Amino acid sequence: MHDMSAHAAQHGAPTSFIRKHVFSLDHKVIGKQYYALALLAALIGMVLSWIMRIHLGFGSYAIPGLHLLSKNGAPGDVMTPEYYLQLMTMHGTIMVFFVLTTAPFAAFGNFFLPIQTGAEDMPFPHFNMMSFWVTFVGFWVLVASFFVGDGPTLGGWTQYAPLSAIGSAGGPGEGLGVVLWATSIAIFCIGQLLGSLNFITTTLDMRCRGMSLMRLPLTAWAWFITSLMGLTAFAVLMPACILLILDHVAGTSFFVASNLVINDQMLPHSGGSTLLWQHLFWFFGHPEVYIAIVPGLGIVSHVLITNMRRPMLSHRVLIYSMGALATLSYMVYGHHMFVSGMNPVSSLAFSFPTLVITIPSTIVVLIWLGSLYGSKLRINAASLFALGFISMFISGGVSGFFLAQPSIDIMLHATYFVVGHFHLVMGVAAMFGIFAGTYFWFPKMVGRMMNETLGKVHFWMSFVGAYCIFMPFHYLGIAGNVRRYQAFTDDYLIHLIPVHKFITVAALFTGFAQLIFLYNLIHSRFKGVIPPNDNPWEGTSLEWSTATPPPHNNFGDKMPVVYHDPYQYSVEGASADYIMQTSPENVHSPDEEK
Amino acid sequence: MATTVHEPPKIELDHLPSQGSGNGGRRNLVPAGEDLRRLKDYSPPPASTGIWVGLAAITMTFAAFTSALIVRQGGAADWHHFTLPPVLYLNTLVIIASSVTLEIARRRIATFMGGLKGGDQDGVASPARWLYVTLFLGLLFVAGQTFAWMQLRAQGFGIATNVSYSFFYVLTVAHALHVFGGLGGLVRVIGKLHKSVLRRSTLDAASRYWHFMGVLWLYLLLLLWMRL
Repeated sequence: MHDMSAHAAQHGAPTSFIRKHVFSLDHKVIGKQYYALALLAALIGMVLSWIMRIHLGFGSYAIPGLHLLSKNGAPGDVMTPEYYLQLMTMHGTIMVFFVLTTAPFAAFGNFFLPIQTGAEDMPFPHFNMMSFWVTFVGFWVLVASFFVGDGPTLGGWTQYAPLSAIGSAGGPGEGLGVVLWATSIAIFCIGQLLGSLNFITTTLDMRCRGMSLMRLPLTAWAWFITSLMGLTAFAVLMPACILLILDHVAGTSFFVASNLVINDQMLPHSGGSTLLWQHLFWFFGHPEVYIAIVPGLGIVSHVLITNMRRPMLSHRVLIYSMGALATLSYMVYGHHMFVSGMNPVSSLAFSFPTLVITIPSTIVVLIWLGSLYGSKLRINAASLFALGFISMFISGGVSGFFLAQPSIDIMLHATYFVVGHFHLVMGVAAMFGIFAGTYFWFPKMVGRMMNETLGKVHFWMSFVGAYCIFMPFHYLGIAGNVRRYQAFTDDYLIHLIPVHKFITVAALFTGFAQLIFLYNLIHSRFKGVIPPNDNPWEGTSLEWSTATPPPHNNFGDKMPVVYHDPYQYSVEGASADYIMQTSPENVHSPDEEK
Repeated sequence: MATTVHEPPKIELDHLPSQGSGNGGRRNLVPAGEDLRRLKDYSPPPASTGIWVGLAAITMTFAAFTSALIVRQGGAADWHHFTLPPVLYLNTLVIIASSVTLEIARRRIATFMGGLKGGDQDGVASPARWLYVTLFLGLLFVAGQTFAWMQLRAQGFGIATNVSYSFFYVLTVAHALHVFGGLGGLVRVIGKLHKSVLRRSTLDAASRYWHFMGVLWLYLLLLLWMRL
């Protein structure tokens, strides 16, 4: 046996400020950095949505100071149609990439995956550090597009060709704005690939003694499955972005068709395939939806189990279902392209797995509901947000059944129905997962508790607010309200304006609730109650068996040895109502893995 | 070329678990109250797993480029077929040769470390020699690719001339950038060897990456030859 310190000294505890807090190799610091970045990105994304909503609900009013944000997008503080589209694009891009991918996967995963597997750190800490800083640079490249040229791109977060590839002929931001967008996303891909590499190797190779794969908590499984998706999906988006950049800067014709006339000018490109971009983008784009939501499935299960004081009906089936979601997510991407002129047989081929993917999602939900049934759930902010997640996941998922069928999707495509669907199932649900994780893990991450009362107020306002915003979206969509319109002047839309006013008020109300969360987060960071012990929620997984906050190598002098399945609650004959994974107590529930 | 005899490198045990630290192993259950000593203690060092994960990502990237090429060519009336610059075939021989020299180097270093039995004195005396040869061949390959690009440009065929040239440049440049990554890995291995801190898993990972670059190039050559 060689000296263990040789292993622990993979990288020693840092001493300088820079190494400790800036260019840190410690996965916990990197996790917090990711969280801070996601928080900033979420704030920006939310403010953008407020501006858009105010414009949609009360279009004739000027928004004081708006002209400061854009050189020519808001003359007299009133938004131009192009500027609306630019804000919308940036809202989508920032939220999908820098919040929904960054917070539940990169932030919480970085902090807790090594701890939950019983590792001292990720195996490639330099890659891990690079992963964050590359993402950080990617974020600012994207934000920079607000301030250069004629502003950010207006093509939507999906950047459909040919609009995204024809340069400034396409409108403000379609030149430099698109190049910055594609550069930012390509950089982001590199960051996530490096992160995924670390996540996968941590899970496979860094587990402590006794930690078999099936003994990993559901969160660790969720991050592992997500990293497998991230590895394959971001590796495809990056080349797509490179080809898009080349169409701009090198004059190639990957995505722009021949003889395309824009503003009475024929473009010099020849023979490009506009569908090619959609294929490449959605091959990434659909798994991306699951990259955003699968960590949430893990977090919600983890939080609920701890608060129910009993395990889920089936640990294995939950894991297999998440795996099935990940696998199927690659086979369904064509459902985004039902109206793209694709062969109808292809539509049918993509429709079938789209309906099939609802089966593992439904199994997950049924396991949650079945496990919750009859349990004495401890109500706190974390468990409320976990329940809220389930509610949003179901509500958003049900509309997916309709959209999965090409014949119905032809009518609903590109309407507010779709916007409502993905905001509930991917946006709000994933955000609720992030909130549940935040309230639950905050004591371990910073050593203080968040205020529970404010947390519950935050939950109820967000829960009611989110439904008030996104349920009417479905109604608007069925009424034919097309998405991405910046004003409603057509006869069939005018009578919908009151609905838009209501949604705007709801959006401001919900946004205000997020400010309460922000206050709670910052206030608790410095003034929050210090948790009574290292395990305030009486959890069983490894993060609760180490100090608060965890030491540099996560477990101090003694590395953990695992003796139990992750969720041993209310086991007959045990000394308490839970058995920690590290407890050598020789008591087993009948269904524990042998 | 370095011929100095120096101390055999220290082989760090690759994260072998000790005192409950490190790798759990793949099927490493500990029933409570039972003897820990009968556990299977070993799982592969992260570099061995990591390299396969990295290669999987690179495979996906080139798969995406390939499908882009096939889709773009399928619907295009403007595709311009052209003959590949002959120097590419020479480059192919160079990169194959570099894989052979790297494999020789790897085996000699393994012998030097005492990891393998047998081996000759010459190899033990200069473990880094074949690594330098590999490095040289790698640089020669990149130089050869650069020559091919220059040759095409001199003939007036730039990246925007036709989409077939676009794909040629994109695929070969993307491959060359990845080859630079491999060269970086070799330099790192040589540096660690000289400092006597080389790990077996680092050497193996760098070798796998390099061989993969060779295989990837053979695939790309076949693709370009068939499609362009």
